[in-house]
Amino acid sequence: MSIATLIWLIPLPPLLAFGLIALFTHRSKGLSHTLGVGAALLSWLASMLVIWRAVRLPDLGQNPITSAVDWFPTANNWFKIGIQVDPLTVVTLFFVAWTIAMIFIYSVGYHNYGQPVGENDRPGLQPHGATVTDAHGHTHRVPSVEPLYSRFFAFLSLFAFGMYFLVVSDNLLSLYIGWEIMGLCSYLLIGFWYAKESARNAAIKAFITTRVGDMFMLLGIVYLYSVTGTLNYRALFADPQMLARLAQAPSYIPGLSVAGMSGLLLFIGTVGKSAQWPLHVWLPDAMEGPTPVSAMIHAATMVSAGVYLVVRIFPLVSAGWAESGAITPAMSVIGFIGAFTALFAATIALGQNDIKRVLAYSTISQLGYMIAALGVGAYAAAAFHLVTHAFFKALLFLGSGSVIHGMEHGVLHTGEHIDPQDMYNMGGLRKKMPVTFWTFLIGGLALSGFPLVTAGFWSKDAILTGAFQGGHWIAFTALALAALLTAFYTMRQIALTFLGEPRTQAAAHAVESRPSMVLPLVVLAFFAVTLGWLGIPREFPIIGGALPDFFENFLHGMAYAVPEIEAAGSLIPLFTSLVVALGGLYLGWLVYRRVAPGAADPLAAPLGVVYTVIRRKYYFDEAYDFLFVRPSRWLAETFTAAWMDRGVIDGALHAIARAFVWIGGALRRGFDIPVVNRGFESVGQGARLLGGELRQVQTGRVQQYMITALLVALVFGLLFYYFFVLA
Amino acid sequence: MIPLSWFLILAAALFCIGLYGVLARKNAIGILMGVELMLNAVNINLLAFWRYRTPAETAGPAFVVIVFAVAAAEVAVGLALIISAYRRRNTVIADEIDLLKG
Repeated sequence: MSIATLIWLIPLPPLLAFGLIALFTHRSKGLSHTLGVGAALLSWLASMLVIWRAVRLPDLGQNPITSAVDWFPTANNWFKIGIQVDPLTVVTLFFVAWTIAMIFIYSVGYHNYGQPVGENDRPGLQPHGATVTDAHGHTHRVPSVEPLYSRFFAFLSLFAFGMYFLVVSDNLLSLYIGWEIMGLCSYLLIGFWYAKESARNAAIKAFITTRVGDMFMLLGIVYLYSVTGTLNYRALFADPQMLARLAQAPSYIPGLSVAGMSGLLLFIGTVGKSAQWPLHVWLPDAMEGPTPVSAMIHAATMVSAGVYLVVRIFPLVSAGWAESGAITPAMSVIGFIGAFTALFAATIALGQNDIKRVLAYSTISQLGYMIAALGVGAYAAAAFHLVTHAFFKALLFLGSGSVIHGMEHGVLHTGEHIDPQDMYNMGGLRKKMPVTFWTFLIGGLALSGFPLVTAGFWSKDAILTGAFQGGHWIAFTALALAALLTAFYTMRQIALTFLGEPRTQAAAHAVESRPSMVLPLVVLAFFAVTLGWLGIPREFPIIGGALPDFFENFLHGMAYAVPEIEAAGSLIPLFTSLVVALGGLYLGWLVYRRVAPGAADPLAAPLGVVYTVIRRKYYFDEAYDFLFVRPSRWLAETFTAAWMDRGVIDGALHAIARAFVWIGGALRRGFDIPVVNRGFESVGQGARLLGGELRQVQTGRVQQYMITALLVALVFGLLFYYFFVLA
Repeated sequence: MIPLSWFLILAAALFCIGLYGVLARKNAIGILMGVELMLNAVNINLLAFWRYRTPAETAGPAFVVIVFAVAAAEVAVGLALIISAYRRRNTVIADEIDLLKG
């Protein structure tokens, strides 16, 4: 099989699995997860084969593997749909394949496959646990299997299809299709426990918020197509003449070229999808979904797709950068939003107590990191951080799911009524859940950028170096500060969850999760450490050059036009990353290593009002509720429904109806009754009267008839005589 | 020779007598007799016009013979009906024979 055919086949197994599960096997839990996991593994295998072949090709960046077929006819030729594998696709495919496969396997354990069916479980609600009786006659509460188990795997498969389709496609339109499939699936999966009102609201919020971005993205695609007539990556982004033309053509907005404008429109799509400020509000609420969904949405797929898109269109937003040397307006917007989001979300993460919400804000912050890296032009660093982040954030999410699972077990065992996701109810879990602890620790250290051993250090260092070398001081400071905060809240999370002593009975009775959940953690932890070694910069002291800087070389094969920057070789960014990572971790440990049961957050007292603001997420939800949700509700309910629909439109219709009723009444009173009815009635009565008179004649006496006949004959005879004889 | 008008006057007088009988008599047999008088008045007219105007033709007497035959048949049927009505209603007064009246 040729490699192009194999690439075509990568997205297919999950799609087939989705169809088969939805149509045929949804009654059988075992069959459904076999199909889902099997399809994910098949796609994983195909991806690995493709990657294995692709990295051995020389100059893959110049000559990517492509294949296209005609899709639909346009004005004078065919719109083509196809696949393309270039270095960016390879690195994206690598982490997508691994994380998706791990998430599928993890889901089997997370949804308690093999556990008894809960007696109170309802579809659309989280499983509440089942009561079992053991051989000695004791009853226990144990976790119960998810009621909508098959449905979950169907949605997850469709999600996987969307991501694979997006990654291997070769044009912006099919990317957009994959993008929207994922948007739909995220809506379905966030609202998976649809009987909970909060889950329903979160699903709607996620869908509508990302839709705002998607609308602009579609505008960007249409704009680009109307100007260039193509949406193919190679035709748009690898052709210097095309880029030069787009960079010079002015757009509707003064000071912005067509390239910059379409790039920014596409970037707004990313702002929605990758939850950047100001469209970040949906992502923390998306935690209402089951944990594998969080990992899927936050690490492997949707949010990464946003960053992937910006890396993909980087030549567009940076068009003109190489010639002038100054970053383009589009890049500065992207850089500002990225750096601001990175810092802003990191501060919110400090005040969250829900273990998954901390990770959600951390994700927003890290995505902001990547976006900021793109804004300062360090696109290879952004892609690198995208990959490493995908692994360690998937690891952290799955690890948090494992923690929640262990806590739920403890809650079922003790019967305590506590929130199993609140970190202040945890503590001391390192002894109860050793594998989860160690893998979570690895993930957390990678997230904070623990020096040398973790992947996060290398990718963050690359971004800081990029910002430093470009001379973007503001971005550099913001990112360094964000990194410090990241290390701090990560340590806070680890300390509150795993260190110290159990703060509740449930935490004391938590148990380690099952192998199908722990195995993915170990695999992801492996990559969270080793992947960084692929991108050690050559200039790095001592160990630099020991391993080839695979990542930088590989991605620079993409031939994006980037101005030559002399490698300053400064040690400032390196020291900065060392200081912020270690300093943040140490401070976090110092503050949170011993938190007593029932104690408030140690930062609450010293920070005062600031802490409250952070804890309430800068009141963004409230502000959006006030600015957008309520006005649109008002518009819908008061203006459109009550005033316009019921008042104006219905009123007009009612007025017309009343007018016609009046006209009808007038016609009836003025014409129908007096003229038509009375007229015909009088005709009838006239006939009746005449008949009444004439019936006198009809006596039945022949002699009278004869007299009448005689008289008539006489009269006529006289008349004839008068007229014809006398005249 | 007797002038034609005398015959015509006789016929007219006879016709008027017959007509009076038909209109004024209550007895059905009387009415029938009046009808016979009127028919014979017509016969006199026919014969008179034949004798004075077209004596060479035979249509006049032939017509009169047919009228006689029809009148005889009419009287036969009429008397039979009157007898039948009399047997049923025990009267020959025309006004009282009102079986067809609703």
